[in-house]
Amino acid sequence: MKIIVCLKQVPDTASVKLDPVTHTLKREGVAAVINPFDLFALEAALQLRERVGGQILALTMGPPQAAEMLREAIGYGVDDGLLLSDRAFAGADTWATTAALAAGVRHLGGADLVICGKQAVDGDTAQVGPGLAMRLGLPQVAFVKAIREATADHLVVERQMDDGYEVVNLPLPGLITVVREIGEPRPPSLKGKMRAKKYEAPVAGAAALGLTEDQVGLRGSFTQVVEVFAPGAAGQREMLPGPAEAAGRAVIDRLVADQVILLGS
Amino acid sequence: MALIIDKTACTGCGSCLEACPFGALELVDDKAQVNDNCTLCGTCVEACPESALSLEDIQRAADQRTATSRGVWVFAEQREGALPEVVAELLGQGGRLAADLGVDLSAVLLGHGVEALAAELFAQGARKVYLADDPRLAQFDDGIYAAVLARLIAQERPEILLAGATALGRSLIPRVATAVATGLTADCTGLAIDPTRRLLLQTRPAFGGNIMATIICPDARPQMATVRPRVMKKALPQPGATGELVRVGLDADLAPTTQVLEVVRAIGEQVNLTAAEVVVVGGRGLGGPEGFDLARELAQALGGVVGATRGAVDAGWIGHAHQVGQTGRTIGPKLYIGLGVSGAVQHLVGMQSSDVIVAVNSDANAPIFSVATYGIVGNLFAVVPAMLARLRELRG
Repeated sequence: MKIIVCLKQVPDTASVKLDPVTHTLKREGVAAVINPFDLFALEAALQLRERVGGQILALTMGPPQAAEMLREAIGYGVDDGLLLSDRAFAGADTWATTAALAAGVRHLGGADLVICGKQAVDGDTAQVGPGLAMRLGLPQVAFVKAIREATADHLVVERQMDDGYEVVNLPLPGLITVVREIGEPRPPSLKGKMRAKKYEAPVAGAAALGLTEDQVGLRGSFTQVVEVFAPGAAGQREMLPGPAEAAGRAVIDRLVADQVILLGS
Repeated sequence: MALIIDKTACTGCGSCLEACPFGALELVDDKAQVNDNCTLCGTCVEACPESALSLEDIQRAADQRTATSRGVWVFAEQREGALPEVVAELLGQGGRLAADLGVDLSAVLLGHGVEALAAELFAQGARKVYLADDPRLAQFDDGIYAAVLARLIAQERPEILLAGATALGRSLIPRVATAVATGLTADCTGLAIDPTRRLLLQTRPAFGGNIMATIICPDARPQMATVRPRVMKKALPQPGATGELVRVGLDADLAPTTQVLEVVRAIGEQVNLTAAEVVVVGGRGLGGPEGFDLARELAQALGGVVGATRGAVDAGWIGHAHQVGQTGRTIGPKLYIGLGVSGAVQHLVGMQSSDVIVAVNSDANAPIFSVATYGIVGNLFAVVPAMLARLRELRG
């Protein structure tokens, strides 16, 4: 089975904090990491390769520094990668992102299965997987939490819904997006790390993918951000000082006085 | 496309470096300079006190649909013949948007044997219901559902389409938007109309939920958005209201692309976060799964339930059903108590409508304190036992 895993390099959101006074973002040396949900996609691919054999390719769109992430993916056991990088790709919404990724999948000769994480933690849209499936004309199942059956021509998967889950047959070639229940990502292997040291990811820009500047990046996007602002202003607040015991007792007394906690009698 | 830096206006203050989530700005000779990590997100443009930064303006021809599309549509998701709450919320918000635009509100219903639901949609304000009722739509399949919707949109040309940001909506709607070639904004928490340009202003948390962004789709139609459940206000139902039922036939070439073999309803732990009057939420500050025992004890003493932040859920300390915030449940209880919750905005947007917010955190700079009614900076493992002891005392 030939599997393409889509990865995104994201700012480590744990290191991005809101300044409580100015309500602006505080950047404390933003680290770039593999989108955590994409690690589950990577794990799903590794599990499938163990079960049915085959090849795993990692595909990403990003700035040149994203090559480092593909090297990391090699460490996890991916066979090869492709970095889609071009200044023209910057500012892409999900429509323009899927244009580039779809071209990337074709550049890699297509796949039996494309796997994406359910969403990226910086955008939280969950739109790229389904959009990419449509671009490629592939059937899709989103939010997959388990793969029950895998053969050369189909998967049987469990799709997480709001009210439970569904067991779904997906003919291949196809695309899935996966959630964390698919399995904890394994650590990179020693062998993989050795390979990663020498690995240089191939890079393709818009021209190599047969894309024009009108199809990608901000120019190729339908949506535009018109305003960015800090959320919700503070209400009235009271900080309860003192040692923990006193503060704990005081807050209960406040809540009782406010009739938020009703003691009954 | 590029970020333009006016070097004469730039004072080298560094505000943009602080604001950039991608580390794409540097100071070179006391002037801001952009590197290849720039994603053109625009955060720095807002942050610059000197207005020295701007994004190169691009002129794109609006396609013909922009001028000719009219009407507000709501995708009426149904699960096994029942409409989830979010559909009523969408019709409530959709009705307000339609009134602002002076157009009709319509609902689109797909399934098999679901015609009876049309009455509910009319009662909630839909003037028109497009009904595609066919055995091929009996089970949810992204492929055929998207194809039916895309063809209907191409034919009828609505200017706005809203859907719930449910599992089904977030799977299906991106496929539909791609099929009709238009923009889509995910998981909106605010929707309004710019009347001069007839644009839908779509507001959502962005960049890991640390800031809010308002997004438009100026040059393509329909303007599509998925909307977070439990945020929009439902319309007052008008029982017996009627409207026009439009039957949509399915083309012979359409067939499901996947097959649902089994539907399994949620089993195991049920957490009624949204209905609870008291929610005690645990964050990373609880330190581990055993920390949630303390949260449970407090919740039990207050007749409430336990919630959790994404951080605690991602760490595997408690099940996803407990998650509050952007990717979990939106709650608005009478009393919210956050234990070791720092308050990332993606969490705040899911709980800030709570009546009273109590925050206990050892970090005085935790953003949760900015929304808290009562804040305690201290060790929660000392504070919470004191709260429990005081409760026992008062209750005798």
